[in-house]
Amino acid sequence: MIPAPSPTIPVTAEPAPAGRAIATVVAHTAAPTRNAATEQAAANLRIAVRRRGEIAARVAAPLLGLVVFLTIWAAIAQMGTIPGPAKTWEAAKVVFSDPFYKNGPNDQGIAWKIGGSLSRVGIGFGLAALVGIPLGFMIGRFLFLRNMFEPVISLLRPVSPLAWLPIGLLVFKGADPAAIWTIFISSIWPMVINTAVGVQRIPQDYLNVARVLKLSEWKVFSKILFPAVLPYMLTGVRLSIGIAWLVIVAAEMLTGGVGIGFWVWDEWNNLKVENIIIAIFVIGVIGLLLEYSLLLLAKRWQYD
Amino acid sequence: MDRYLNIEQAGMIFETRNGAFTALRDINLTIQKGEFVTLIGHSGCGKSTLLNLIAGLTTPTTGYLFLSERQIVGPGPDRGVVFQNHSLLPWLTCFDNIHLAVERVFAETESKAQLRERTQRALELVGLATAAEKRPHEISGGMKQRVGIARALAMEPKVLLMDEPFGALDALTRARLQDELMRIVTATGSTVVMVTHDVDEAVLLADRVVMMTNGPAATIGEILHVDLPRPRERLAMASNPQYLAARKAVLEFLYQKQLKAA
Ligand SMILES: Nc1ncnc2c1ncn2[C@@H]1O[C@H](COP(=O)(O)OP(=O)(O)OP(=O)(O)O)[C@@H](O)[C@H]1O
Ligand SMILES: [Mg+2]
Repeated sequence: MIPAPSPTIPVTAEPAPAGRAIATVVAHTAAPTRNAATEQAAANLRIAVRRRGEIAARVAAPLLGLVVFLTIWAAIAQMGTIPGPAKTWEAAKVVFSDPFYKNGPNDQGIAWKIGGSLSRVGIGFGLAALVGIPLGFMIGRFLFLRNMFEPVISLLRPVSPLAWLPIGLLVFKGADPAAIWTIFISSIWPMVINTAVGVQRIPQDYLNVARVLKLSEWKVFSKILFPAVLPYMLTGVRLSIGIAWLVIVAAEMLTGGVGIGFWVWDEWNNLKVENIIIAIFVIGVIGLLLEYSLLLLAKRWQYD
Repeated sequence: MDRYLNIEQAGMIFETRNGAFTALRDINLTIQKGEFVTLIGHSGCGKSTLLNLIAGLTTPTTGYLFLSERQIVGPGPDRGVVFQNHSLLPWLTCFDNIHLAVERVFAETESKAQLRERTQRALELVGLATAAEKRPHEISGGMKQRVGIARALAMEPKVLLMDEPFGALDALTRARLQDELMRIVTATGSTVVMVTHDVDEAVLLADRVVMMTNGPAATIGEILHVDLPRPRERLAMASNPQYLAARKAVLEFLYQKQLKAA
């Protein structure tokens, strides 16, 4: 509370030492109500001001950030090598005016490009989840499997995603399966590792409950193991999708096909730099949306 | 003759990084059906270890434990455990936490409706019928502890094992739950082994107070019979000479005979 006295509060209302004049006593009995009312009003005002301040900070700060970003971008664009915000905006209007056009197999609208990339990510990531999550559970639960897989995982995990692409091309003899394979192998690790860690971190208390009740394996899994691991698993999923989305752009640059990554490469060959910048924004926004929706999902499964 | 729960020469040695650690030795104890036994001793003396042996969560390195003449070889629903920190599953509602236990014990012999009714009754027993659909994090510490007790009781175990069930609670809540527990145990005739730090709690609740010596290699030091009639009235006990004498005996054991050699 701010100690500064408001002008509406009479001076006599301030605490007086005992044994003062009668007038003070009267003021004493009358003051608290007025005091309380004004205090309350002042408090409300302060809260309102503070809240408005918070809202302003929450809206203004990001806006300011955006303005600064655009200014720097425009300034750099002045030097002439890359297009500025205005030119990019004009180009974006063209790109998004007809997102669903199809002129042959390699010239399609932005929506198809995004769809193509997302479906590769979806398949590659989906397969990775299908393999990685059960594998994580088993590694977490059985020490033998953990010891068995740990060296292999430590060896393969730090490999740069694109190093896997030639293997995919060789084995699957096609650009699309190779891209999906690259997504699969580079996004599987966070799911394996986080799930395994989650299993290992289950509090002994919960397992003791299972032991005292002598629950069946299925009940142990469905009522204790799975819910306890879910938050860890979802963190793994979020990291994996992030990686998958990072990798797809690079992979598509090398493999071609309809997709946002190949579009970047294509426009580089056409020297349409404003479209590259649009692609960068699109990639960023989609990555953000993926991350955010998974965070929302994870929040739903937080227990306390 | 009425050897219900029987512990013979039980000892527990833990393998630690610094070699073997003898936590318990030469534990001999016979508990009768319907008896309420409290275990008291200084922190770290091995009370939880002993309770876990009875629960079957750990196996003694020496000696044997029997429950109605059958050796205890592992945990099982015939010994309901109230854990030191309630151990409710946070993703299940209070109702479901209890139902999980009820289902496990009675699903083979009772219908779904009967199982639900049993769960509901267990909640009512601890006065939490209104909290049935709440998750553990939405209720207070005392309420959680009561759900934990309800879960253990709902299994209708032969023995109820409690590890400092009220340890984390404030004095008022603790007193209320003690009264509630005495009422429930009288009504159900349960056999109870309860670990506690609290001298008053040990004496007020128990038929016998088992006092443990300090670790390492702790064992049973003294056993005190508390022959006070039940129901025991908390206020009346405060000036009951027999109660005060029992309390003094426990205090003497803990603070004179077993004073920590710091
Ligand atoms: N798994 C274990 N491995 C090694 N030592 C252990 C293990 N469990 C318990 N101990 C040791 O055994 C002794 C008794 O532990 P225990 O938990 O039974 O004590 P306690 O009487 O329950 O203490 P408190 O009142 O603080 O809960 C302690 O010295 C502890 O360090
Ligand atoms: Mg303990």
